[in-house]
Amino acid sequence: MTSLQTAPDTIAQARVRRLPRFAPAIAGAVALAAGTLLGISLGWNVAGIVVVAVLLYLVGLNIWSRLVENARAATDRMMTSLIWVALGLAFIPLVSLLYKVITKGAPQLNGRFLTWTMRNVIGEPGGIYHAIIGTLLITLAATVISVPVGLLSAIYLVEYGGESRMARWIRFLVDVMTGIPSIVAGLFAYALFAIVVGPGTQFGIGGGVALSLLMIPIVVRSTEEMLKLVPNDLREASYALGVPKWKTIVRVVLPTAMAGIITGVTLAIARVIGETAPLLIICGNTDSSNFNLFGGQMASLPVFIYSSYTQPGRNPEILQNMAWGGALVLIIIVMALNLIARIAGRIFAPKTGH
Amino acid sequence: MNRTALRRVAAPGIAALALGLAVSACGASNENGGGSSSDSKLSGTLKGAGSSAQEAAMDAWRAGFQTDNSKVTVNYDPAGSGAGVEQFNAGAIDFAGSDSALDAEKGEVDAAKQRCGGVNALEVPNYVSPIAVVYNLQGVDKLQLSPATLGKIFSGEIKKWNDPAIAAENDGVTLPGDAIAPVHRSDESGTTKNFTDYLEKASGGSWKFPADKVWPIKSGEAAAQTSGMVAAVKAGKGSIGYADESQATDLQQASIKVGDAYVAPSAEGAAKALEASPVDDSRTEGDLAVKVDRTTTEPGAYPLMLTSYVIACPTYDAAKADLVKGFLSYVVSTDGQSKAADNAGSAPLPSSLQQKAAEIIDGIKAK
Amino acid sequence: MTTASVRTTSPKRRLGDVVFANLTRTAGALILVSLAGVAIFLTSEGLPAFGAKAGELQGHDNFLAYVAPLVFGTILAAVIALVIATPLALGVALAVSHYAPRRIATAIGYVIDLLAAVPSVVYGLWGIGFLGPKLIPIYQWLDEHLGFIPLFKGPASPTGRTIFTVGIVLAIMVLPIITAITREIFSQTPRLNEEAALALGATRWEMVRLSVLPYGRSGIVSAAMLGLGRALGETMAVALVLSASGVVTFNLISSTNPSTIAANIALSFPDSTGVARNALVASGLVLFVITFIVNFAARAVVARYEPGRKK
Repeated sequence: MTSLQTAPDTIAQARVRRLPRFAPAIAGAVALAAGTLLGISLGWNVAGIVVVAVLLYLVGLNIWSRLVENARAATDRMMTSLIWVALGLAFIPLVSLLYKVITKGAPQLNGRFLTWTMRNVIGEPGGIYHAIIGTLLITLAATVISVPVGLLSAIYLVEYGGESRMARWIRFLVDVMTGIPSIVAGLFAYALFAIVVGPGTQFGIGGGVALSLLMIPIVVRSTEEMLKLVPNDLREASYALGVPKWKTIVRVVLPTAMAGIITGVTLAIARVIGETAPLLIICGNTDSSNFNLFGGQMASLPVFIYSSYTQPGRNPEILQNMAWGGALVLIIIVMALNLIARIAGRIFAPKTGH
Repeated sequence: MNRTALRRVAAPGIAALALGLAVSACGASNENGGGSSSDSKLSGTLKGAGSSAQEAAMDAWRAGFQTDNSKVTVNYDPAGSGAGVEQFNAGAIDFAGSDSALDAEKGEVDAAKQRCGGVNALEVPNYVSPIAVVYNLQGVDKLQLSPATLGKIFSGEIKKWNDPAIAAENDGVTLPGDAIAPVHRSDESGTTKNFTDYLEKASGGSWKFPADKVWPIKSGEAAAQTSGMVAAVKAGKGSIGYADESQATDLQQASIKVGDAYVAPSAEGAAKALEASPVDDSRTEGDLAVKVDRTTTEPGAYPLMLTSYVIACPTYDAAKADLVKGFLSYVVSTDGQSKAADNAGSAPLPSSLQQKAAEIIDGIKAK
Repeated sequence: MTTASVRTTSPKRRLGDVVFANLTRTAGALILVSLAGVAIFLTSEGLPAFGAKAGELQGHDNFLAYVAPLVFGTILAAVIALVIATPLALGVALAVSHYAPRRIATAIGYVIDLLAAVPSVVYGLWGIGFLGPKLIPIYQWLDEHLGFIPLFKGPASPTGRTIFTVGIVLAIMVLPIITAITREIFSQTPRLNEEAALALGATRWEMVRLSVLPYGRSGIVSAAMLGLGRALGETMAVALVLSASGVVTFNLISSTNPSTIAANIALSFPDSTGVARNALVASGLVLFVITFIVNFAARAVVARYEPGRKK
């Protein structure tokens, strides 16, 4: 990559006049100074100054380059700048979002917040224990449903299905399934249990079913990719020793791919643990802890955040602050899962030389 | 190898489970029912669902009742009135809270009868709360509006704050020429139903839509839930909306015209308006549905209010009967009503209604 | 493909093999069944809505009149999101694949993945609590100066909770998925094409324009469509942020906005009964069909170009 990037420089330098290496830095400094000056004299805020400075930089560098170098070089510089601007624009929301959640949520975190529920709590901050329990149980249920189905389907796709018509359809529809809106998954679970159990049924396992609908395609795809990476030599060596195919898969193929599979499953969990819409419909909400997946409404972190923020009752500050606290806890859980996925991938990686 | 593979698959699951158990082993700090002072014989779990308007009051009642009876758990799911009635009629819950009385035309009365084993269901008002007309106009601390003007404002006929119709009712108030931005609820809600019901009956024709849970006009700012409404009015200069009075205390509130006087929203006013309203006599005994008189001229009454009901059966299994009776008696008791007033800002039931309600609930018995 | 060669070298089948093979096949079939189940159960629960009488559907005469404005709002919000997100995503993807040094590129990739990890309800909190209020002055400016364009007809929303704000929030939410796919494709551009362009004296941008972008065209299209699919179905962020009235309008900055199917379900579901609830499920079915078609088309585009992309 580096060699590619320096190549045009040397070629171009030989033929045409170039701006000095530090030209972008100069242009940037000048643009920022001009923007600040203009902004202060006209009374803009920081955002306005930055926007104007960026525009000045883009235009200024373009003109400078056009004068000294040529139109093509100017366009090149312009596009390079635009790409970095795009990157900056993409970062702004993330930074501002994390900043907002941390500054609003961090003051909420304390022992009581994590170990209390909202049962019998009136007019004072309670805790999110019941929501954390609900989220863990519902996600566990979704995992218990998704992992066997996803794993076996992936094995079918790679080891048995091959290019058969059914395998091609499954592969294609699994891809399409990754795009199912989460609220549709929730409605599906609602409609399913309305018919099977009774109208208006709300319980934890329904959330597990809804989330598994979102989780299965992710598990299948990542597992399939991992199984494909297992070298064929391993399989053939095993067959040569007279080991049946299923034993080969269970004892040779799966262990080899295990690191990637675990990473994929953990990422899939991280993807669904923050889902709100399906749980709102099929799990409902409660303020006491409920350990029974098969009976009664079950609170979950995302639904707690949503309902606390939108229905804070008489002292809105208290519950809305708790919602930000809940959001911070949820983000921490998701980030931790992402981290675990990476670490697990490393730990379970097959040891070379064994 | 085989075992290893399984163990590896299981590892994250077991870890998660272990985490869950570890957290759960200690239980929630505030849920260890250590009510040694309580010598109540009641025990068991009650399930209710319905009106989200009642939630704050229900929290107070549940907390009070559970403290008195430490072996009892009362769950209330503020899923919405519709969901509450539906679940009650399906037999999924023991009692329901609803912002409107059971609707005979929709077959809800019959369904409830069927659910209660062929006996008519009980229905008593348990929660009354004034709805405030809230607005955001700098420098205008006192605003008086007649229902006819309100109807015109909310249907978009009056567009500016200094409209002659508004000015005529507010002598000595300097009204700005700002545009009026009416705010309504974007979700289905009992507050909207009661507000539109009030406009329909009291505006004298300037509001042309029937009462509905969904706002009938497709324009203007829309906000979800009471908090969204409050936030939208607070943020929007020149906006006007309607919200549960207890949750709108830091907003400017308009007085509405009742008879010849203007009345500011208050719990007492709401209770007075309820007292002045007749009980629907087409209903069966035990069904205390009130026909709220939106056009009452009773001095001090505030007829723009939400009346919410609790719906239950006259008979239950032996185990449930005492529980339901105990809890609902507490809800309509003076003690319970004042707890709700403290926590939810609701109006205590007028004594005549309270007495009737208590009598009806007292009749709950085991099958 | 690898799989084909596995089959040719299969050893003789035994009982365990038959059981295991059927087990995996059943699991695969279960996926097909569940997908069909989604359609079947949504249809069966949503069916009564099609025969609904006037007055039962939030003031609309029939289900079609009820769902049409919602479909409009859903598509409008998603298109705004796509118009904003696609150029940004392409920029970020190019930065990662061709512009940034390797170490920085990895870091950028991780940060963009973080965007994907933030739960949607948190985006909603951010949109209503931070982004919306910040955009109010911009909407007022647009209303005053560009009010002659129908898009900015105004009057500007006093709370910033407009469909345009929703579009921006959705854009941020779909950015990671578009970026992930396009950067994958860009980095697969044959090295020889790139080097040939550079050897001919092309600048870096010309190299990108002449070799990377044409190579990734179908990938960009399908990535954008997958982003569209995600934006169409997003629920909580829209439900929290949007001031929805369910009208049909292209006015992007006023407080009277179209609603979206998903947000309407989330807002109305808890307090609805009977036919109204059936109608919500039926509108969910419509959403399912729309996203299914969009995703189907996107994957079909990918599938068509897939063989050429693989080494």
